[in-house]
Amino acid sequence: MDGLNIPLNHILLVSSLLFAIGMLGLMIRRNIIFILMSLEVMLNAAALAFVAAGAHWGQPDGQVVFMLILTVAAAEVAVGLGLVLQVQKRFKTLDMDHANRMQG
Amino acid sequence: MSETIWLIPLIPFLSSVALMLFGSRLKITHIGVLGVASVGISALLTLVLAVEFMQNQQVIQASLWTWMEVAGFAPGISFYFDGLTLVMMSVITGVGFLIHLFSTEFMEKDPSYARYFAYLNMFVAAMLILVMADNLLLLYLGWEGVGVCSYLLVGFWYQHNANGHAARKAFIVTRIGDTAMALGLLLLFTELGTLDIQAMVGAANQTWQIGDSIPLVACLLIVCGAVGKSAQLPLHTWLPDAMAGPTPVSALIHAATMVTAGVYLIARTHGLFLLAPTAMTVVAVIGIATSLMAAFTALMQTDIKRILAYSTISQIGYMFLALGVGAWSAGIFHLMTHAFFKALLFLGSGAIIHCLHHEHNIFKMGGLRTRMPMTFWSFMIGSAALAALPMTSGFFSKDQILLQAYQLPDLGPGLWMAGLLGALLTAIYSFRLVFVVFFGQANTEPDKDTGWRMAVPLSVLCFLAMIGGYFMIPVAEVFPASDGSHPAHWVEYVSISVPLVGLLIAYLVFFNRRLNIDGLANSTVGKSLGNFWLSGWGIDWLYDHLFVRPYYGLANLLKSEPVDGIYGLIVALNQTFNHWLSAAQTGRMRWYLASMVAGLIILITLAANLSTGVLQ
Amino acid sequence: MLEIVFFYIAATVALIATVMAMTRANAIHALIYLIVSLLAVAVIFFLIGAPFAAALEIVIYAGAIMVLFVFVIMMLNLGEKGDKQERQWLKPGIWAGPAVLSVILLVELLVVISDVNGPVSVSVVSAKEVGLSLFGPYVLAVEISAMLLLAGLVGSFHLGRRYLERDHIEKGSSQ
Repeated sequence: MDGLNIPLNHILLVSSLLFAIGMLGLMIRRNIIFILMSLEVMLNAAALAFVAAGAHWGQPDGQVVFMLILTVAAAEVAVGLGLVLQVQKRFKTLDMDHANRMQG
Repeated sequence: MSETIWLIPLIPFLSSVALMLFGSRLKITHIGVLGVASVGISALLTLVLAVEFMQNQQVIQASLWTWMEVAGFAPGISFYFDGLTLVMMSVITGVGFLIHLFSTEFMEKDPSYARYFAYLNMFVAAMLILVMADNLLLLYLGWEGVGVCSYLLVGFWYQHNANGHAARKAFIVTRIGDTAMALGLLLLFTELGTLDIQAMVGAANQTWQIGDSIPLVACLLIVCGAVGKSAQLPLHTWLPDAMAGPTPVSALIHAATMVTAGVYLIARTHGLFLLAPTAMTVVAVIGIATSLMAAFTALMQTDIKRILAYSTISQIGYMFLALGVGAWSAGIFHLMTHAFFKALLFLGSGAIIHCLHHEHNIFKMGGLRTRMPMTFWSFMIGSAALAALPMTSGFFSKDQILLQAYQLPDLGPGLWMAGLLGALLTAIYSFRLVFVVFFGQANTEPDKDTGWRMAVPLSVLCFLAMIGGYFMIPVAEVFPASDGSHPAHWVEYVSISVPLVGLLIAYLVFFNRRLNIDGLANSTVGKSLGNFWLSGWGIDWLYDHLFVRPYYGLANLLKSEPVDGIYGLIVALNQTFNHWLSAAQTGRMRWYLASMVAGLIILITLAANLSTGVLQ
Repeated sequence: MLEIVFFYIAATVALIATVMAMTRANAIHALIYLIVSLLAVAVIFFLIGAPFAAALEIVIYAGAIMVLFVFVIMMLNLGEKGDKQERQWLKPGIWAGPAVLSVILLVELLVVISDVNGPVSVSVVSAKEVGLSLFGPYVLAVEISAMLLLAGLVGSFHLGRRYLERDHIEKGSSQ
């Protein structure tokens, strides 16, 4: 690798933008599948920040945390998609606004 | 007899309890017999006791049992009997018996006949305990007992709101004095370690010098109690209103016995008062001031019972004057004669009211001389005694008081002159009453005449009011002897002549009408002064604005429970927050997300601020 | 030099693809964009010296997880009606509030990272090093991840099985 390197704060900038976009998607979508996708984007953005920080210090810890995030994402998607099937079964729709029985 | 002295208060008490429990099942005649006979037996026992006492002059101390025993404080249910007690007991049981007898006819038509006699007997028992008590605590028991009975009897016809109001007023105003008196008792006990009257007076004389401050304070507190009970300034306002009760009650409680309890109390504890000359001066000044104030007020009243009520206040003022100048036996003597003639006057007015369809206004009566001759003569004799016309009972007692007041150094002549003014006024208002009610035009026709049960008490009391002045009350052993000196003869002559002048004035103004005072009464000054006196010198108005209304205002304020309001505010705040927070629970996931993000923003702001200070 | 250029290209692709993924009405289209975004991020990983992470990103994220999404979407069979519904839901009015919040958060993040300086390290952190620290100091985290995955497995099995069973019963009763 040559001497010119990617500035860390640019990577973090990309990570922040991805996170913000994911969050925006999370808040505007009503379809539960899109909500899950937005979550993936946010997790991914966080992972990017970790890996970048790890690379900055030359340490493997960033990638370790990336793998942990990957695990969380996998488990979350497995359960989340199971829930998607149940929601579709119960409400005959994927609109989360219909699942508002917890109204106080 | 001395062993069974406790029977005297016990019999009316048992009768009262019996009437309370079984009164509703008894016939009216039986109720009357029970109520009158119980007091009659007490009166007979007192008579026996009096005869014995006259023979051997023996002071009796009868201890029944120890009331309670706490850390050296052991008041007993024990009685003390001496000449002073005898005088009081005679008045209570004797006059009490006559009034009971009178009541059987007066209250005949009342549906609460048994209740009336239960209260009246209870009163007699409590009053006897008051005067027979060996220690101040037992005295206080009787003191409160008569207060309760007074309350119950003033509000006897409780169906009318005004009567209940008068009863509460009587109870609360006397309570003010009683509280001060309780404080006085506590002070005496902490200082002397006993409430036993004789032992206490002895200990006081050993502990304190004349003029010390502690006996002064204790005496002033006791005076407060006496002032409340005896309706003296400034706690006299309850007595005119207490006339709401049945008239025999006014005669017994609010003229003859209970209101003189304050006089008795001061006389009984005179050993203490001799240590506090200032307190005695206070008593004398209160007495004369009350006497004058009440006499002026009585001049203007139109309600027959209110005239007599203010007259009672005025006469008790004389008793206080007597006590204040050290004329103890004269004060007690006046107490006795006053009990006779004032009971007579009240019973006479009761007879009038009874026969005149419950009419109270004297200007609606008139011309009763020929139609109720019995009552007329009662009133004549009673008024003569009240005005202290020569040879009546009131003359002897009032004359003694005035002469002894004159002999007091410094203040003496001043008190004497004021007393004379009072005597003049007394003569005027008492004969105004007589002339207006019994002479002139008849305005209301009586529908019946008095029966024997009214006539007998009236005649006996007439007799007593006439010759009461010749009684020798056996109190020489109780009180310190006076020096026996007499003032100049002209003082005596003036004292004798003043009531006659008053009689003359009353005659000219109200009977003969030779002296026309209409012009004077209708002038601006006369009118406003008259209204001022009619309202009792505006003292009721003053108290109403000074105490009653602010108290009601405060009560109204507190009725809304402002302290609870603070806690209520907390509750309301919590409920509001709860409302907001539960409104936040929309059940919509995107709403939750948005709020989480908002929280996240706040958290990051804080974290960034704390760790880097970038945002500062 | 080339790496930097590649980075910016990859970053741009990732951002655009993510925006597209978030705004599509059709779930499959969104998913394809998301996969592109993930691949772009994988490129970034590779460029900053984390080839192992890049590989995992492609294999697990873009591969396994996204395939799960595809399966589920295919099972639900949303079709044209779903697309119309989605377009209706994506009206501008809905955007405003969330957009403001997101922008505020973004600004905050930018401010926080604004004083971060320096490049990422030139040296490659190899899979070996990652493995060593995974089973060294982070072994407890690995155990916990294992538990998490087990829980996810049991949970999704439970949810999915009931779905299938009921489906089965309803079909059986209709026959």
